[in-house]
Amino acid sequence: MSHPERLGSLGGESVGTIAEPPHVNDTLAAYAARYGLKQSAARPTLRKYIQDVWARRNFIWAFASAKNISMYTESRLGQLWQLLTPILNVAVYFLIFGVLLSGRGAIPDYLPFLVTGVFMFGFTQRSITSGSKSVGTNLSLIRALHFPRATLPLAIAVVELQQLLLSLVVLLAIVVCFGEPFTLNMLLFVPVLMLQLMFNIGASLVVARIGAFNRDITQLLPFIMRTWLYLSGVIFSLPSLMKPGSKLSHHPWAAELLKANPGYVYVELSRNALLGKYRHHVQGLNLEATSQMWLYGVAWAVIALVGGFLYFYRAEERYGRG
Amino acid sequence: MADTKVRDAVRIDPNREPIVVVDDLHIIYRVFGAGGKGNAASAFSRILRRESRPSMTEVHAIKGLSFVVYRGEAVGIIGTNGSGKSTLLKAIAGLLPPHSGGVYTDGQPSLLGVNAALMKDLTGERNIVLGCLAMGMSPQETRAKYKEIVDFAGLKEGFIQYPMRTYSSGMGARLRFAIAAAKTHDVLLIDEALATGDAKFKVKSKRRIEELRREAGAVFLVAHQLDVVKETCDRVIWIDEGRMHMDGEPNEVIAAYTAATGK
Ligand SMILES: Nc1ncnc2c1ncn2[C@@H]1O[C@H](COP(=O)(O)OP(=O)(O)O)[C@@H](O)[C@H]1O
Ligand SMILES: [Mg+2]
Repeated sequence: MSHPERLGSLGGESVGTIAEPPHVNDTLAAYAARYGLKQSAARPTLRKYIQDVWARRNFIWAFASAKNISMYTESRLGQLWQLLTPILNVAVYFLIFGVLLSGRGAIPDYLPFLVTGVFMFGFTQRSITSGSKSVGTNLSLIRALHFPRATLPLAIAVVELQQLLLSLVVLLAIVVCFGEPFTLNMLLFVPVLMLQLMFNIGASLVVARIGAFNRDITQLLPFIMRTWLYLSGVIFSLPSLMKPGSKLSHHPWAAELLKANPGYVYVELSRNALLGKYRHHVQGLNLEATSQMWLYGVAWAVIALVGGFLYFYRAEERYGRG
Repeated sequence: MADTKVRDAVRIDPNREPIVVVDDLHIIYRVFGAGGKGNAASAFSRILRRESRPSMTEVHAIKGLSFVVYRGEAVGIIGTNGSGKSTLLKAIAGLLPPHSGGVYTDGQPSLLGVNAALMKDLTGERNIVLGCLAMGMSPQETRAKYKEIVDFAGLKEGFIQYPMRTYSSGMGARLRFAIAAAKTHDVLLIDEALATGDAKFKVKSKRRIEELRREAGAVFLVAHQLDVVKETCDRVIWIDEGRMHMDGEPNEVIAAYTAATGK
């Protein structure tokens, strides 16, 4: 299709035009390529992309901190909510599961057990739920500035990490109150946290891409997350359910599947690191090998991070499209 | 043949170096949830009828634009509301992927738009830092530029500490312009960002645009005040309903535009 109006209006008068173009068979794309111009909406190479993301590491941190601060600016207690929220969470869970339903059962010190589970699982859960919205809620930013989009789900994971670090203050206070002695074993919590963070980033990148093109996922995720929570032994102890003679012990494959579940792996590894009594209790049951859990933990972290990053990257040029 | 449409529409000056090439560009917006009853029953019947998305409509905003912009040019884009000016700039910036055709640029274009708000709930201070970091500046560079940005934006005393949602639209636009102008850009795209500034700010920003143009490749300017376009630009493109209407010398195009729109 030609542009008759345009040709008429040009009429050879406008600045810098010549009567006949020099390259008759030249397309504009070839002309642009000859001068080394690049497609402006093209996806950079993976190498360049990783470099770009790395160069924005300060942006990621600043963006996350800013998000964290703006989250509570409207309320009177302000930043205090960052501590109050986990405390209230613990109170509610304790009231329901610790007192009313008294799910304490065989687990020694149910409260620290529960709190570790709720906080660590919540870390992953919130990274995924907010990760799925990270592109959609920042469309104006995406359409305003040019930056590698992977920084958004990454920043979300960092927001959740910052929130978790505050919750950990509450968690450690509870652990100490229940008379857990400080042991070297507790240091294992640091690598667990790193692995879980890697997993969260990867998972958040995956749902960020899905959520960017399919908003239905944000409606569906809460249900998936709740199912996952119950399958991950957050409020009850899975190893206790696998005792000889129990229903699960008749279906060993199901038990194996549950043990490979990343939600369970990270929660249980954290408990093993922080809660000495619980560790002895589970070891007494002789049902799970810690080394196997570490293996799962590392594998999930690497697979999620690498796979998630590649998956997100492959749609880079399409984020923000109307 | 494939070569004809391009050859007919665009004349290439072999003596100048192109910095932006727009090649038969089409941009289509997809709009979800337009129309429809919006209740569960209608959603269900839609799924039964195998319509995949809730009443998805398409808006064909840019319909085959082609042009070449050379190094050192300041191009004004004019047209009525909804003619596709903002869409075109977003596409040149690479922020809206083309449906077909292509945009080729040298270096990374930066868009400065009216609603380029970074984070409304954050203070001007934080927006400056975040904006600079997002543009790829290092924390040191950000710190070095900070004062310059605050001075350029010329906000009233203390406002830099307030959340951006408390700013008037003029103040917001000033701060955004100041942030974006802190960096030299290969291609700078300005979308009505100067519209709300006062007279003093206009003079300042006009000077800065001149500077950026000298330092960098090219500047695109969308503005509704035709006098600003006439003063700042040395070429004007008039687009109408996503199509090229006229392209040429500012006085001429603006005269034709004024005549056509009956101002
Ligand atoms: N985000 C969007 N989603 C759907 N349609 C849009 C969107 N933005 C713009 N449009 C449509 O694209 C056309 C061009 O809009 P725009 O580029 O904003 O025009 P201008 O900046 O010249 O006023 C209009 O018909 C407008 O309705
Ligand atoms: Mg516009």
